[in-house]
Amino acid sequence: MSELLRVENLTKSYGRQRGCTDVSFELWPGEVLAIVGESGSGKTTLLNCCAGRLAPTGGSVVYETRHKGLIDIHGMSEPERRFLMRTDWAFVHQNPRDGLRMNVSAGANVGERLMAVGARNYGNIRNAALDWLSRTEVDPDRIDDLPTTFSGGMQQRLQIARNLVSGPRLVFMDEPTGGLDVSVQARLLDMLRDLVDRLGLSAVVVTHDLAVARMLSTRLMVMQQGRVVETGLTDRVLDDPQHAYTQLLVSSVLQP
Amino acid sequence: MRDETITGETVPVPESGYNFAYLDEGAKRMIRRAILKAVAVPGYQVPFASREMPMPYGWGTGGIQVTASILKPEDTLKVIDQGSDDTTNAVSIRRFFAKTAGVATTEKTEEANIIQTRHRIPEKPLSEDQIIVLQVPIPEPLRWLEPREVETRRMHALSDYGVMHVKLYEDISRHGRITTNYDYPVMVNGRHIMAPSPTPKFDNPKMGNMPALQLFGAGREKRIYAIPPHTEVKSLDFEDHPFSIQAWDEPCALCGAEEVFMDEVILDDQGGSMFVCSDSDFCQRRRDAGHKGPAVEGDDT
Ligand SMILES: Nc1ncnc2c1ncn2[C@@H]1O[C@H](COP(=O)(O)OP(=O)(O)OP(=O)(O)O)[C@@H](O)[C@H]1O
Ligand SMILES: [Mg+2]
Repeated sequence: MSELLRVENLTKSYGRQRGCTDVSFELWPGEVLAIVGESGSGKTTLLNCCAGRLAPTGGSVVYETRHKGLIDIHGMSEPERRFLMRTDWAFVHQNPRDGLRMNVSAGANVGERLMAVGARNYGNIRNAALDWLSRTEVDPDRIDDLPTTFSGGMQQRLQIARNLVSGPRLVFMDEPTGGLDVSVQARLLDMLRDLVDRLGLSAVVVTHDLAVARMLSTRLMVMQQGRVVETGLTDRVLDDPQHAYTQLLVSSVLQP
Repeated sequence: MRDETITGETVPVPESGYNFAYLDEGAKRMIRRAILKAVAVPGYQVPFASREMPMPYGWGTGGIQVTASILKPEDTLKVIDQGSDDTTNAVSIRRFFAKTAGVATTEKTEEANIIQTRHRIPEKPLSEDQIIVLQVPIPEPLRWLEPREVETRRMHALSDYGVMHVKLYEDISRHGRITTNYDYPVMVNGRHIMAPSPTPKFDNPKMGNMPALQLFGAGREKRIYAIPPHTEVKSLDFEDHPFSIQAWDEPCALCGAEEVFMDEVILDDQGGSMFVCSDSDFCQRRRDAGHKGPAVEGDDT
């Protein structure tokens, strides 16, 4: 078995502004990696570069494709990359509005990926949408309603359904529970963990919430000022932080 | 100059003071280059520097500029609007070219070698010797979901067309069937999604493998696109909701034609109405040949 994603010396600068610097890591099939760090530490920048949404300044992101083996995703043609992004990959935005089409129904939102890759049977598309709405705990009766009529938590679950319908292997999430109430967050986390387990998904999750990292991830990467300062099994890093910054991060959560 | 007669068959000489067909030669050359590009890449929207025309945009300035650029003195022009040769819009465009180019005009489909139209493609099949110019208000089929021009161009470049079926999906989920009746999106030559805008979907099948060249001009949006002769044009649909055209239960009340596109004509204020061919030339010619519809049956005057 080989790694699913291999990131080597990834650097992204915005002009003179540093986004992330010299980041390397591997993601293995079935593994969930959490990226934590304070605001501005480069988490979103790193995630976007890994997910093919942002071109890095240096380094490479290599992905194990189903049919062609390891391929540098930034060396792919744009159509190939778009195809990969809507079949094998999923991207869950913090704000569901960034990941949903707000002016079409929930069913159309879920069905879009299928149609984009050639599904042409309305009945099958609709059944898949119904199935995924119920799997993400959205009432299937709401299939023809617009996402604007949904609560924040429902919108986020709809965004997840829309992403998972194509059977992706790798899911990128940027603060998936970020804008939600605490109780809604807990329920969404439960659902996410359950889906990830059951589908055997691999995932990279950006969060500034160590509890989210603890619950979802197997491995943890701590970022500070664009660099990775510590990495390891989640429980190990949180229970026995080595780097001074990680120690600070962990202790600031423990002592309110 | 002489005015055109009722039958439109008199050929007036162009009025002096105009360049042939109004546009200057530089503008025509630029538009012809855009047309050539459009023909080379079927269904692709070619930007062009749309000129000010002496009429408002809603009047088909895109189609007029295309016609002006391809017109030759020996051409015979037909202009239709909603299938009819005698609506205000059709009459003024026909007069415009009779006046500025001195070309012959006609209402007979087979006599024209250039047909400018809004909404309809004539019922009589067109031939290889003809060019049909369609006036288009909204050329971008992806616009309803994607307001950004940069992104729609990218979607065309990458054949990234998933959203088109999202629109059809919405139609079916709301109404139980695809309710789009006009400007029904098509795939041209297996590569570009194109808006037939604003023709009825009834005419979509005519666009496929048509022997005549089809040119589309959008004046306000500054776009020209084309379907070359004998090009595959496929209307988008689902396997379990296949594309179908409009059909009417009764034949044309005047000429008895079936399987044509019909307009409902209101007869009185009691709600009485009848259905007649939208293609006025087609209907008249059938009546001239002795065909009768239910409204005139037995009427031998
Ligand atoms: N488009 C951009 N242009 C210029 N600088 C940017 C841009 N995006 C991010 N940055 C800068 O790059 C650095 C990393 O930003 P990034 O958004 O990746 O951080 P983050 O860890 O996701 O923060 P947060 O937790 O607030 O979301 C910051 O200094 C930020 O100001
Ligand atoms: Mg961020």
